[in-house]
Amino acid sequence: MDIILKNLPILVVITPLMMSLVVAVFSSYKISWIISCVTTFLTFCFSVGLFLELKNVDLISYHLGNWIPPFGIEYVIDKVSIIPVLIISSISFIATIFSVKYFENEISIDLIPKTYCLWLLAIAGLIGLVTTADVFNLFVFLEISSLSSVALVAMGNKMDKKALPAAYNYLVIGAIGATFYVIGVGLLYSITGTLNMGDLSIKLPELGVNKVVIAGFGFMIAGMMVKAAIFPLHIWLPSAYAFAPSPVSVLLAATATKASIYIIARISYTIFGGTFELYAIDELKFFFILLSIFAMFAGTFMAIYEKDIKRLLAHSSVAQIGYIFLGISLATSTGIASGFIHLVNHALIKAGLFMSVVAMGFYLQKRITIYSLSGIGKQMPITFFSFIICGLSLAGLPLTAGFISKLYLVKAAYASEGIWLCFLILLSSVLSLIYLWKMIEALWFNKSVNKDEKVKEIPEIYIPLLFIAFLNIYFGIDATIITESSFNAAESLLKGVNK
Amino acid sequence: MTPSDFIYLSILTPLIVFLITPLLKRFTLQRDLLGPIGGVISFFASINITNLVLDGKEVKLTLINISDGLSISFNVYPLGAIFGLVASGLWILASIYSIGYMRGNKELNQTRFFSFYAISIFAALCIAYSGNLLTLFIFYEILTFSTYPLVAHKQNDLSKKSGRLYMGILVGTSVVFLLPAIVIVWVTTGTLDFAKNGILDGQLEEKYIPFLLFLFAFGIGKAALMPFHKWLPAAMVAPTPVSALLHAVAVVKAGVFSILVVIVNVFGIDFLSKTQSTFWLICLACFTLLLSSIIAIYKDDLKARLAYSTISQLSYVVLGAALVSNLAVQGASLHIVMHAVGKITLFFVAGAIYVSAHLSKISELDGQGKSMPLLFFAFFVGSLSIIGVPPMGGSWSKFYLMIGAVESDYIFVLVVLCISTLLNVYYLLEIPARAFFKDKIKEVKVENYPLMTIPTLFAAILTVIIFFYIEPIKNLTNLITSS
Repeated sequence: MDIILKNLPILVVITPLMMSLVVAVFSSYKISWIISCVTTFLTFCFSVGLFLELKNVDLISYHLGNWIPPFGIEYVIDKVSIIPVLIISSISFIATIFSVKYFENEISIDLIPKTYCLWLLAIAGLIGLVTTADVFNLFVFLEISSLSSVALVAMGNKMDKKALPAAYNYLVIGAIGATFYVIGVGLLYSITGTLNMGDLSIKLPELGVNKVVIAGFGFMIAGMMVKAAIFPLHIWLPSAYAFAPSPVSVLLAATATKASIYIIARISYTIFGGTFELYAIDELKFFFILLSIFAMFAGTFMAIYEKDIKRLLAHSSVAQIGYIFLGISLATSTGIASGFIHLVNHALIKAGLFMSVVAMGFYLQKRITIYSLSGIGKQMPITFFSFIICGLSLAGLPLTAGFISKLYLVKAAYASEGIWLCFLILLSSVLSLIYLWKMIEALWFNKSVNKDEKVKEIPEIYIPLLFIAFLNIYFGIDATIITESSFNAAESLLKGVNK
Repeated sequence: MTPSDFIYLSILTPLIVFLITPLLKRFTLQRDLLGPIGGVISFFASINITNLVLDGKEVKLTLINISDGLSISFNVYPLGAIFGLVASGLWILASIYSIGYMRGNKELNQTRFFSFYAISIFAALCIAYSGNLLTLFIFYEILTFSTYPLVAHKQNDLSKKSGRLYMGILVGTSVVFLLPAIVIVWVTTGTLDFAKNGILDGQLEEKYIPFLLFLFAFGIGKAALMPFHKWLPAAMVAPTPVSALLHAVAVVKAGVFSILVVIVNVFGIDFLSKTQSTFWLICLACFTLLLSSIIAIYKDDLKARLAYSTISQLSYVVLGAALVSNLAVQGASLHIVMHAVGKITLFFVAGAIYVSAHLSKISELDGQGKSMPLLFFAFFVGSLSIIGVPPMGGSWSKFYLMIGAVESDYIFVLVVLCISTLLNVYYLLEIPARAFFKDKIKEVKVENYPLMTIPTLFAAILTVIIFFYIEPIKNLTNLITSS
């Protein structure tokens, strides 16, 4: 027991990484599914263990192979990184339970064990990404997670050939992003000789602001912005989400971009926080805020005019990423906290929405559009109910999780930028009601197009689906745990800036 | 029972009715009885709360702590007690009436209807008793969303379109204007709790007051100030009991109640009257109440005419609040009660005429007075109350509003009120006059539904009773402004 507790930071990464090799060898997909469930469950337990441990200490540092940093690779779990770790491990556990019904429906049976191998690799990559304190190790995990998710996307929803160009786009654009990032890492390494984040944050201020540092910062941030799908670098995202097999859409939508946004916060506040204060450079801050505003409106408008529901939700993700990025760019305690609050809530919202939408599209032979789902609400009332709950949470109705994020974001925006930014945020959130309402009206009021007897509820997915819907309500009523952790995260990120 | 138990009893009863109604889908009688029984229990609790408030006791309850500094909590002020009484008391009448209406009109999806009817009352009561701006906002939004299934009840294209307008305006204004206003108050004062004499005094710079007031006045779209009034006529596609209780009482009164609360308990009357920053709101309210009265004259559809009349009457309350003198605010609070009773009578009649004779246009009502004498008499009494003729309750509120206008030195408001009264006479009394004195142009078969007629008559009688039994309500309104 003690050995487990001592090695928790590496166990959250290594469990899915190692088990991915195990699941691939089984020929029965049921067994590989069960193993994946157990693995993700263990990972989730480990991350909860880390969370509990962090109640007493500020940060847990783990030295891989007992090599002392900055020479060896260090894993750091602190009040900041625990948030994405918990999101990724919990959502991936729920998504794994949810996935089997869809994989057997959408891809050929003999491929499923190998799919689970990629699935666990993607999860391991994402968790590694957010736990490591080594900028090059981070790049390795970035590649692990992107390559495995590209392969997952390429599997295609119901053998849809369009998944291939989508995956190709994802691969190429993702590779450009990763390359940018690694160029930035190289530049920093060339002048500091270290790859450890903590060490970098000490050595960089000593060098002062020179062109190499600035270029390094620019490359790293730009690279991660591609990965985080921040407008206008989001073009890979809608197709990748839309054509991927359904469970992959759920997993990616809820977790992939969140990890990258977390990295952006890390780079701007922890690594470069001591060198130049992001919020002291008005042009840069204003540029980031401007990008977020564009993302909010562009994503929302694209969603309003979209007919394919999975693409619609993906466009809405672009807008929501804008909110998160906006919160983080405000560079105040409330701002960063609101970004993190929305990071959590948006993961819950989008996981719930994608789950219910793909559940409603389960019996369709074609793509899931607003018209092909007409009237499905009456045939699948429980799934539709979860859809409405998560949808209202997306729009920020009071007593849902989305409202809490919106409230804090607006508060932060008012306190640091003024009332004009509040109006823009809220305007875009009202616009998001339009596409939400369009879906609800079509799914509930319109005449049903699938008269088929077999179109009915799928009881196997009730538990994950209703659980997510419940969380969306619960965190709207008792948000203490999320707000507290987010404010702690914001405080500890800003600590790096103020020293 | 402790004071907080009464709050629980009052607000949880409609919530329980909402939850149980779907379970009794197959037992229509028991299901339909839930509404009136719930109404009686909730009304009983509201009376007890009112008595406690009259005794000067604090009636408080913190339901949930959402996170640091944010909580859902209730704290009953005299104004809230009045609104709570109105909402729960008229729920009894309206729920009996709606049984008659739904059965008589053979509507579909009755279970859903009764269920959402109850949760709307729940939201309205929570607004009435709310102790901070966050609670007010939360239940304000819930009220919007829970009335949507009632507005779109018929599920045809028209109701879908109207539902869209309804949601669009109400949610849009509340999110774009009301939420920033709340955040401004939060950041400026560090608290969202209401206080007896306001929380902004000394905290907010004077030049920002009109702007913040602007956000609140337009953010509370339920008060139907022009130009955000279109949702109210649109909501008239709903079955008449919905229009009667929700769009003449609960929803719109929640709107004007919120404006009163904001002016009394957030800004503070003294603070606002000291700074003279409500003049624009007075003008806007006057404009709305005159223009909507004029529009009402040209509406031939009975419910549409009543809807525009409601918009005009709501502006009386906003006007009273904007005058920020003690008597005007008292008049505004009285008007919440008086208009509620009067207007519910009128809507009850409109619905009863529609169900028993299938008439909805005013021009078709010529000479129908003989076939439905009781209904048209009730309409006549209700109209007199709205116009403000003694001995109907409506005369009190108009009286106080007028004194309030003089007290605040806005004499032109008196003129506006007089013109509006004349317009009221014209567009309301036209209806019983046509029915009783003109020749019949259309022969219709009239069926009688006692479940609708009795609540209607009772509401009409209530307008008279309130006139004589004004004392307890007056005591409450005195408490609003006494410091």
